[in-house]
Amino acid sequence: MTIDELKPIIESLIFVSEEPIGEKQLGALLEGESIEDVEAACEQLVDEFNTRGGGLEMRRLAGGYRITTRPEFSEYVRRYLKSQPSARLSIAALETLAVIAYKQPITIPEILEIRGVTSTSAIKTLLDRRLIVARGHKQVVGRPMLYGTSKEFLIHFGLNDLSELPNLEDFEDLMSM
Amino acid sequence: MKEASTKTDPAIERAEAQLEFGATEDQYRVKLEMFEGPLDLLLYLIRQEDVSIYDIPIARITEQYLEYVRAMHELDIGVAGEFLLMAATLIHIKSQMLLPRDPDAAEEIEDPRAELVYQLLEHQKFKSAANVLYQRATMEAAAFTRASTETDQNNPEVAATVFQLFEVFREVLNRRQAITEIEIARDEMTMAEKVAEIKLLLAEGAEVRVREIFERAGSRREMVVIFLAVLELVKELAVRLVQSETFGEIVLTKREEVVSG
Repeated sequence: MTIDELKPIIESLIFVSEEPIGEKQLGALLEGESIEDVEAACEQLVDEFNTRGGGLEMRRLAGGYRITTRPEFSEYVRRYLKSQPSARLSIAALETLAVIAYKQPITIPEILEIRGVTSTSAIKTLLDRRLIVARGHKQVVGRPMLYGTSKEFLIHFGLNDLSELPNLEDFEDLMSM
Repeated sequence: MKEASTKTDPAIERAEAQLEFGATEDQYRVKLEMFEGPLDLLLYLIRQEDVSIYDIPIARITEQYLEYVRAMHELDIGVAGEFLLMAATLIHIKSQMLLPRDPDAAEEIEDPRAELVYQLLEHQKFKSAANVLYQRATMEAAAFTRASTETDQNNPEVAATVFQLFEVFREVLNRRQAITEIEIARDEMTMAEKVAEIKLLLAEGAEVRVREIFERAGSRREMVVIFLAVLELVKELAVRLVQSETFGEIVLTKREEVVSG
Protein backbone atom coordinates (compact mmCIF):
# COMPACT_ATOMS: atom_id res chain seq x y z
CA MET A 1 0.00 0.00 0.00
CA THR A 2 1.11 3.53 -0.57
CA ILE A 3 1.37 5.91 2.34
CA ASP A 4 -1.70 7.71 1.07
CA GLU A 5 -3.60 4.44 1.21
CA LEU A 6 -2.28 3.64 4.67
CA LYS A 7 -3.23 6.96 6.22
CA PRO A 8 -7.02 6.59 6.30
CA ILE A 9 -6.73 3.05 7.68
CA ILE A 10 -4.36 4.18 10.42
CA GLU A 11 -6.55 7.14 11.20
CA SER A 12 -9.54 4.87 11.74
CA LEU A 13 -7.49 2.54 13.96
CA ILE A 14 -6.24 5.39 16.12
CA PHE A 15 -9.78 6.69 16.34
CA VAL A 16 -11.22 3.45 17.72
CA SER A 17 -8.34 2.48 20.01
CA GLU A 18 -9.05 2.98 23.69
CA GLU A 19 -5.42 3.61 24.55
CA PRO A 20 -2.75 5.36 22.56
CA ILE A 21 -1.81 2.92 19.81
CA GLY A 22 1.81 2.55 18.74
CA GLU A 23 3.48 1.93 15.38
CA LYS A 24 4.25 -1.64 16.33
CA GLN A 25 0.65 -2.51 16.99
CA LEU A 26 -0.46 -0.62 13.90
CA GLY A 27 2.15 -2.52 11.89
CA ALA A 28 0.85 -5.83 13.21
CA LEU A 29 -2.69 -4.91 12.19
CA LEU A 30 -1.54 -3.79 8.75
CA GLU A 31 0.10 -7.06 7.81
CA GLY A 32 2.96 -6.76 5.44
CA GLU A 33 3.42 -3.02 5.71
CA SER A 34 6.81 -1.76 6.76
CA ILE A 35 7.16 0.04 10.08
CA GLU A 36 8.82 2.91 8.22
CA ASP A 37 5.75 3.41 6.06
CA VAL A 38 3.46 3.21 9.08
CA GLU A 39 5.63 5.78 10.86
CA ALA A 40 5.63 8.08 7.85
CA ALA A 41 1.86 7.79 7.53
CA CYS A 42 1.41 8.60 11.24
CA GLU A 43 3.64 11.63 10.99
CA GLN A 44 1.76 12.90 7.96
CA LEU A 45 -1.52 12.40 9.78
CA VAL A 46 -0.27 14.44 12.74
CA ASP A 47 0.70 17.21 10.34
CA GLU A 48 -2.63 17.07 8.60
CA PHE A 49 -4.53 17.28 11.87
CA ASN A 50 -2.47 20.27 12.93
CA THR A 51 -2.68 22.19 9.66
CA ARG A 52 -6.39 21.57 9.32
CA GLY A 53 -7.03 23.50 12.55
CA GLY A 54 -10.18 21.52 13.28
CA GLY A 55 -11.68 20.45 16.56
CA LEU A 56 -9.49 17.38 16.85
CA GLU A 57 -5.80 16.90 17.31
CA MET A 58 -3.59 13.90 16.93
CA ARG A 59 -0.57 13.58 19.16
CA ARG A 60 2.10 11.19 20.29
CA LEU A 61 1.28 10.04 23.78
CA ALA A 62 2.65 7.27 26.00
CA GLY A 63 4.49 5.69 23.09
CA GLY A 64 1.51 5.72 20.75
CA TYR A 65 -0.86 8.00 18.93
CA ARG A 66 -4.11 9.40 20.15
CA ILE A 67 -6.85 11.55 18.70
CA THR A 68 -8.46 13.98 21.14
CA THR A 69 -10.50 17.13 21.04
CA ARG A 70 -8.51 20.33 21.21
CA PRO A 71 -8.13 21.71 24.74
CA GLU A 72 -9.39 25.11 23.54
CA PHE A 73 -12.88 23.67 23.21
CA SER A 74 -12.96 21.87 26.52
CA GLU A 75 -15.58 24.21 27.91
CA TYR A 76 -18.08 23.14 25.26
CA VAL A 77 -17.18 19.49 25.45
CA ARG A 78 -17.61 19.55 29.23
CA ARG A 79 -20.95 21.26 28.81
CA TYR A 80 -22.07 18.41 26.59
CA LEU A 81 -20.60 15.65 28.75
CA LYS A 82 -21.86 17.43 31.87
CA SER A 83 -18.51 16.56 33.40
CA GLN A 84 -16.39 18.37 35.90
CA PRO A 85 -12.63 18.25 35.73
CA SER A 86 -11.70 15.18 37.75
CA ALA A 87 -10.55 15.54 41.33
CA ARG A 88 -7.16 17.17 41.54
CA LEU A 89 -4.24 15.57 43.24
CA SER A 90 -3.25 17.22 46.50
CA ILE A 91 0.00 19.13 46.65
CA ALA A 92 1.45 16.34 48.79
CA ALA A 93 0.47 13.71 46.21
CA LEU A 94 1.84 15.80 43.33
CA GLU A 95 5.16 16.35 45.07
CA THR A 96 5.44 12.69 45.93
CA LEU A 97 4.63 11.83 42.32
CA ALA A 98 7.29 14.24 41.10
CA VAL A 99 9.88 12.57 43.32
CA ILE A 100 8.86 9.13 42.05
CA ALA A 101 8.83 10.28 38.42
CA TYR A 102 12.38 11.60 38.59
CA LYS A 103 13.94 9.06 40.91
CA GLN A 104 12.22 5.84 39.92
CA PRO A 105 12.38 3.12 40.92
CA ILE A 106 12.33 4.42 44.46
CA THR A 107 11.30 3.14 47.89
CA ILE A 108 9.11 4.89 50.45
CA PRO A 109 12.03 5.54 52.86
CA GLU A 110 13.95 7.17 50.01
CA ILE A 111 10.98 9.39 49.23
CA LEU A 112 10.82 10.34 52.90
CA GLU A 113 14.47 11.33 52.77
CA ILE A 114 13.85 13.73 49.89
CA ARG A 115 10.55 15.15 51.03
CA GLY A 116 11.39 15.24 54.74
CA VAL A 117 7.91 13.98 55.47
CA THR A 118 6.14 10.64 55.29
CA SER A 119 4.20 10.05 52.10
CA THR A 120 2.16 6.93 52.90
CA SER A 121 -1.27 8.40 52.18
CA ALA A 122 0.01 10.16 49.06
CA ILE A 123 1.44 6.83 47.85
CA LYS A 124 -1.91 5.18 48.44
CA THR A 125 -3.74 7.87 46.45
CA LEU A 126 -1.25 7.51 43.60
CA LEU A 127 -1.61 3.72 43.59
CA ASP A 128 -5.40 4.00 43.66
CA ARG A 129 -5.30 6.32 40.67
CA ARG A 130 -2.90 3.93 38.96
CA LEU A 131 -0.38 6.72 38.37
CA ILE A 132 2.33 4.63 40.01
CA VAL A 133 2.96 0.91 40.10
CA ALA A 134 5.00 -1.38 42.30
CA ARG A 135 8.23 -2.40 40.60
CA GLY A 136 9.38 -5.25 42.80
CA HIS A 137 11.52 -5.17 45.91
CA LYS A 138 14.79 -3.46 46.49
CA GLN A 139 17.45 -5.99 47.43
CA VAL A 140 18.41 -4.36 50.71
CA VAL A 141 17.56 -5.14 54.33
CA GLY A 142 13.79 -5.24 54.73
CA ARG A 143 13.31 -5.59 50.98
CA PRO A 144 11.24 -2.40 50.66
CA MET A 145 8.87 -2.06 47.70
CA LEU A 146 10.09 -0.04 44.74
CA TYR A 147 7.71 2.29 42.96
CA GLY A 148 7.70 3.76 39.48
CA THR A 149 5.33 5.65 37.24
CA SER A 150 2.80 3.88 35.02
CA LYS A 151 1.61 4.28 31.46
CA GLU A 152 -1.41 5.98 33.00
CA PHE A 153 0.99 8.58 34.37
CA LEU A 154 2.25 9.39 30.88
CA ILE A 155 -1.31 9.69 29.60
CA HIS A 156 -2.46 11.78 32.55
CA PHE A 157 0.34 14.28 32.12
CA GLY A 158 0.41 14.25 28.33
CA LEU A 159 3.88 12.77 27.99
CA ASN A 160 5.15 10.52 25.25
CA ASP A 161 7.85 9.06 27.48
CA LEU A 162 9.75 9.94 30.64
CA SER A 163 12.43 11.80 28.70
CA GLU A 164 9.83 14.50 28.07
CA LEU A 165 9.80 15.42 31.73
CA PRO A 166 11.42 18.83 32.16
CA ASN A 167 15.01 18.59 33.30
CA LEU A 168 15.28 18.82 37.08
CA GLU A 169 18.49 20.80 36.89
CA ASP A 170 16.70 23.51 34.93
CA PHE A 171 14.64 24.23 38.01
CA GLU A 172 17.83 24.98 39.89
CA ASP A 173 18.75 27.70 37.41
CA LEU A 174 15.29 29.10 37.80
CA MET A 175 15.69 29.32 41.55
CA SER A 176 19.03 31.04 41.61
CA MET A 177 17.67 33.82 39.42
CA MET B 1 -13.25 29.94 27.00
CA LYS B 2 -11.54 32.59 28.99
CA GLU B 3 -13.54 31.42 31.93
CA ALA B 4 -12.31 27.89 31.48
CA SER B 5 -8.68 28.88 31.55
CA THR B 6 -9.04 30.95 34.69
CA LYS B 7 -10.95 28.14 36.33
CA THR B 8 -8.00 25.83 36.05
CA ASP B 9 -5.59 27.75 38.22
CA PRO B 10 -7.14 28.44 41.64
CA ALA B 11 -5.54 25.49 43.41
CA ILE B 12 -2.07 26.62 42.51
CA GLU B 13 -2.89 30.23 43.22
CA ARG B 14 -4.23 29.25 46.57
CA ALA B 15 -1.08 27.35 47.39
CA GLU B 16 1.00 30.35 46.46
CA ALA B 17 -1.24 32.74 48.30
CA GLN B 18 -0.84 30.66 51.39
CA LEU B 19 2.88 30.84 51.08
CA GLU B 20 2.77 34.61 50.96
CA PHE B 21 0.45 35.09 53.89
CA GLY B 22 1.47 37.68 56.40
CA ALA B 23 2.10 36.67 59.98
CA THR B 24 -0.92 38.17 61.68
CA GLU B 25 -2.16 35.98 64.45
CA ASP B 26 -5.49 34.87 63.07
CA GLN B 27 -3.79 33.47 59.99
CA TYR B 28 -1.55 31.18 61.96
CA ARG B 29 -3.76 28.17 61.69
CA VAL B 30 -4.17 28.33 57.93
CA LYS B 31 -0.52 28.93 57.48
CA LEU B 32 0.65 26.14 59.68
CA GLU B 33 -1.66 23.59 58.18
CA MET B 34 -0.43 24.03 54.69
CA PHE B 35 3.20 23.27 55.41
CA GLU B 36 3.69 19.88 53.95
CA GLY B 37 6.63 19.24 56.19
CA PRO B 38 9.63 20.79 57.90
CA LEU B 39 11.40 21.49 54.60
CA ASP B 40 8.38 23.42 53.42
CA LEU B 41 8.36 25.47 56.58
CA LEU B 42 12.08 26.18 56.28
CA LEU B 43 11.74 27.26 52.67
CA TYR B 44 8.94 29.56 53.67
CA LEU B 45 11.02 31.15 56.42
CA ILE B 46 14.00 31.58 54.13
CA ARG B 47 11.86 33.24 51.50
CA GLN B 48 10.22 35.48 54.05
CA GLU B 49 13.54 36.57 55.47
CA ASP B 50 14.73 37.12 51.93
CA VAL B 51 18.01 35.38 52.57
CA SER B 52 20.05 33.20 50.27
CA ILE B 53 19.41 29.51 50.44
CA TYR B 54 23.21 29.01 50.09
CA ASP B 55 23.95 31.17 53.11
CA ILE B 56 21.23 30.60 55.65
CA PRO B 57 21.52 32.67 58.83
CA ILE B 58 21.09 29.55 60.93
CA ALA B 59 20.62 31.26 64.30
CA ARG B 60 17.82 33.49 63.06
CA ILE B 61 16.06 30.82 61.03
CA THR B 62 16.34 28.28 63.83
CA GLU B 63 14.77 30.72 66.24
CA GLN B 64 11.86 31.37 63.93
CA TYR B 65 11.47 27.72 63.13
CA LEU B 66 11.20 26.88 66.83
CA GLU B 67 8.70 29.67 67.27
CA TYR B 68 6.48 28.10 64.65
CA VAL B 69 6.77 24.67 66.19
CA ARG B 70 5.88 26.19 69.55
CA ALA B 71 2.90 27.92 67.96
CA MET B 72 1.77 24.60 66.56
CA HIS B 73 1.85 23.19 70.05
CA GLU B 74 -0.15 26.10 71.41
CA LEU B 75 -2.73 25.78 68.69
CA ASP B 76 -3.00 22.14 69.51
CA ILE B 77 -1.95 21.03 66.08
CA GLY B 78 -0.31 17.69 66.38
CA VAL B 79 3.31 18.38 65.61
CA ALA B 80 4.57 15.57 63.46
CA GLY B 81 7.82 13.92 64.45
CA GLU B 82 9.49 15.24 61.30
CA PHE B 83 9.13 18.82 62.55
CA LEU B 84 10.85 17.94 65.81
CA LEU B 85 13.58 16.03 64.03
CA MET B 86 14.29 19.09 61.90
CA ALA B 87 14.31 21.28 65.00
CA ALA B 88 16.97 19.03 66.48
CA THR B 89 18.96 19.14 63.24
CA LEU B 90 18.82 22.92 63.16
CA ILE B 91 19.99 23.23 66.75
CA HIS B 92 22.77 20.79 66.03
CA ILE B 93 23.94 22.83 63.02
CA LYS B 94 23.68 26.03 65.04
CA SER B 95 25.87 24.64 67.81
CA GLN B 96 28.41 23.37 65.30
CA MET B 97 28.67 26.80 63.79
CA LEU B 98 29.15 28.41 67.16
CA LEU B 99 32.06 26.16 68.03
CA PRO B 100 35.37 27.83 67.43
CA ARG B 101 37.19 26.22 64.56
CA ASP B 102 40.24 24.24 65.31
CA PRO B 103 43.05 26.48 64.04
CA ASP B 104 45.30 23.46 63.60
CA ALA B 105 42.90 21.68 61.30
CA ALA B 106 44.72 21.37 58.02
CA GLU B 107 41.86 20.88 55.64
CA GLU B 108 38.80 22.95 55.08
CA ILE B 109 35.95 21.83 57.30
CA GLU B 110 32.70 21.30 55.51
CA ASP B 111 30.01 23.88 56.16
CA PRO B 112 27.66 22.23 58.68
CA ARG B 113 24.77 23.65 56.67
CA ALA B 114 25.79 21.92 53.46
CA GLU B 115 23.58 18.86 53.81
CA LEU B 116 20.57 20.92 54.79
CA VAL B 117 21.09 23.24 51.83
CA TYR B 118 21.29 20.27 49.51
CA GLN B 119 18.09 18.87 50.98
CA LEU B 120 16.31 22.20 50.62
CA LEU B 121 17.41 22.61 47.04
CA GLU B 122 16.27 19.10 46.18
CA HIS B 123 12.97 19.72 47.86
CA GLN B 124 12.45 22.95 45.99
CA LYS B 125 13.29 21.31 42.69
CA PHE B 126 10.63 18.70 43.25
CA LYS B 127 8.15 21.35 44.25
CA SER B 128 8.77 23.08 40.94
CA ALA B 129 8.48 19.76 39.15
CA ALA B 130 5.18 19.11 40.91
CA ASN B 131 4.01 22.48 39.67
CA VAL B 132 4.88 21.58 36.09
CA LEU B 133 3.06 18.27 36.46
CA TYR B 134 0.03 20.10 37.77
CA GLN B 135 -0.03 22.38 34.75
CA ARG B 136 0.43 19.50 32.36
CA ALA B 137 -2.42 17.55 33.96
CA THR B 138 -4.69 20.56 33.66
CA MET B 139 -3.89 20.89 29.98
CA GLU B 140 -4.32 17.20 29.41
CA ALA B 141 -7.65 17.07 31.22
CA ALA B 142 -8.99 19.56 28.69
CA ALA B 143 -8.44 17.17 25.78
CA PHE B 144 -11.14 14.55 25.46
CA THR B 145 -11.09 11.23 23.71
CA ARG B 146 -14.13 9.79 22.03
CA ALA B 147 -16.62 7.86 24.14
CA SER B 148 -15.95 4.15 24.39
CA THR B 149 -17.13 2.07 21.47
CA GLU B 150 -19.11 -1.13 21.49
CA THR B 151 -16.85 -4.11 21.78
CA ASP B 152 -17.36 -7.61 23.05
CA GLN B 153 -16.21 -6.54 26.51
CA ASN B 154 -18.06 -3.30 26.45
CA ASN B 155 -21.46 -3.93 24.99
CA PRO B 156 -24.62 -2.73 26.67
CA GLU B 157 -26.81 -4.82 24.45
CA VAL B 158 -26.41 -8.30 23.13
CA ALA B 159 -28.63 -9.01 20.17
CA ALA B 160 -31.07 -11.72 21.14
CA THR B 161 -31.49 -14.66 18.82
CA VAL B 162 -34.78 -16.17 17.74
CA PHE B 163 -33.96 -19.16 19.95
CA GLN B 164 -33.74 -16.96 23.00
CA LEU B 165 -37.00 -15.37 22.04
CA PHE B 166 -38.52 -18.83 21.74
CA GLU B 167 -37.10 -19.68 25.15
CA VAL B 168 -38.94 -16.76 26.74
CA PHE B 169 -42.09 -17.75 24.94
CA ARG B 170 -41.86 -21.29 26.26
CA GLU B 171 -41.13 -20.10 29.76
CA VAL B 172 -44.22 -17.94 29.83
CA LEU B 173 -46.22 -20.71 28.27
CA ASN B 174 -45.15 -23.08 31.02
CA ARG B 175 -46.03 -20.61 33.69
CA ARG B 176 -49.42 -20.28 32.10
CA GLN B 177 -50.05 -23.98 32.45
CA ALA B 178 -49.52 -23.83 36.16
CA ILE B 179 -52.25 -21.31 36.56
CA THR B 180 -55.75 -22.65 36.28
CA GLU B 181 -56.85 -21.97 32.83
CA ILE B 182 -59.95 -20.01 32.35
CA GLU B 183 -61.17 -20.13 28.81
CA ILE B 184 -62.43 -16.83 27.68
CA ALA B 185 -64.34 -16.74 24.50
CA ARG B 186 -62.62 -14.40 22.17
CA ASP B 187 -62.87 -13.41 18.64
CA GLU B 188 -60.38 -15.04 16.41
CA MET B 189 -57.38 -12.79 16.14
CA THR B 190 -55.06 -12.58 13.21
CA MET B 191 -51.35 -12.09 13.13
CA ALA B 192 -51.81 -8.86 11.21
CA GLU B 193 -53.86 -7.48 14.10
CA LYS B 194 -51.13 -8.40 16.57
CA VAL B 195 -48.47 -6.86 14.39
CA ALA B 196 -50.44 -3.65 14.32
CA GLU B 197 -50.97 -3.83 18.08
CA ILE B 198 -47.27 -4.22 18.83
CA LYS B 199 -46.42 -1.45 16.42
CA LEU B 200 -48.87 0.77 18.24
CA LEU B 201 -47.26 -0.09 21.58
CA LEU B 202 -43.87 0.70 20.16
CA ALA B 203 -45.09 3.97 18.77
CA GLU B 204 -46.31 4.97 22.21
CA GLY B 205 -43.25 3.97 24.19
CA ALA B 206 -39.65 3.44 23.34
CA GLU B 207 -39.53 -0.24 24.16
CA VAL B 208 -41.76 -3.20 24.86
CA ARG B 209 -40.86 -6.16 27.04
CA VAL B 210 -41.52 -9.38 25.20
CA ARG B 211 -42.46 -11.15 28.41
CA GLU B 212 -45.11 -8.56 29.16
CA ILE B 213 -46.89 -8.85 25.85
CA PHE B 214 -46.91 -12.58 26.16
CA GLU B 215 -48.32 -12.42 29.65
CA ARG B 216 -51.03 -10.06 28.55
CA ALA B 217 -52.34 -12.68 26.17
CA GLY B 218 -55.68 -14.20 27.04
CA SER B 219 -55.02 -17.66 25.73
CA ARG B 220 -52.34 -19.97 24.48
CA ARG B 221 -53.62 -19.40 21.04
CA GLU B 222 -53.23 -15.68 21.37
CA MET B 223 -49.67 -16.18 22.63
CA VAL B 224 -48.82 -18.20 19.60
CA VAL B 225 -50.20 -15.48 17.39
CA ILE B 226 -48.18 -12.86 19.28
CA PHE B 227 -45.07 -14.96 18.94
CA LEU B 228 -45.59 -15.17 15.20
CA ALA B 229 -46.30 -11.44 15.09
CA VAL B 230 -42.99 -10.68 16.82
CA LEU B 231 -41.15 -12.92 14.39
CA GLU B 232 -42.89 -11.16 11.55
CA LEU B 233 -41.84 -7.77 12.87
CA VAL B 234 -38.25 -8.93 13.17
CA LYS B 235 -38.39 -10.23 9.62
CA GLU B 236 -39.78 -6.93 8.40
CA LEU B 237 -36.84 -5.26 10.16
CA ALA B 238 -39.34 -3.03 11.91
CA VAL B 239 -38.02 -3.89 15.38
CA ARG B 240 -34.82 -4.86 17.15
CA LEU B 241 -34.67 -7.60 19.73
CA VAL B 242 -32.39 -6.63 22.56
CA GLN B 243 -31.30 -8.73 25.50
CA SER B 244 -29.07 -6.91 27.93
CA GLU B 245 -27.73 -10.09 29.52
CA THR B 246 -27.88 -13.79 28.93
CA PHE B 247 -31.29 -15.15 30.04
CA GLY B 248 -32.30 -11.56 30.75
CA GLU B 249 -35.40 -9.74 29.66
CA ILE B 250 -35.81 -9.47 25.91
CA VAL B 251 -36.93 -6.06 24.84
CA LEU B 252 -38.40 -4.96 21.53
CA THR B 253 -37.29 -1.59 20.31
CA LYS B 254 -38.29 0.26 17.23
CA ARG B 255 -35.67 0.17 14.54
CA GLU B 256 -34.70 3.65 13.47
CA GLU B 257 -36.32 4.51 10.18
CA VAL B 258 -33.88 3.93 7.43
CA VAL B 259 -34.22 6.65 4.91
CA SER B 260 -34.00 4.95 1.58
CA GLY B 261 -32.28 6.92 -1.09
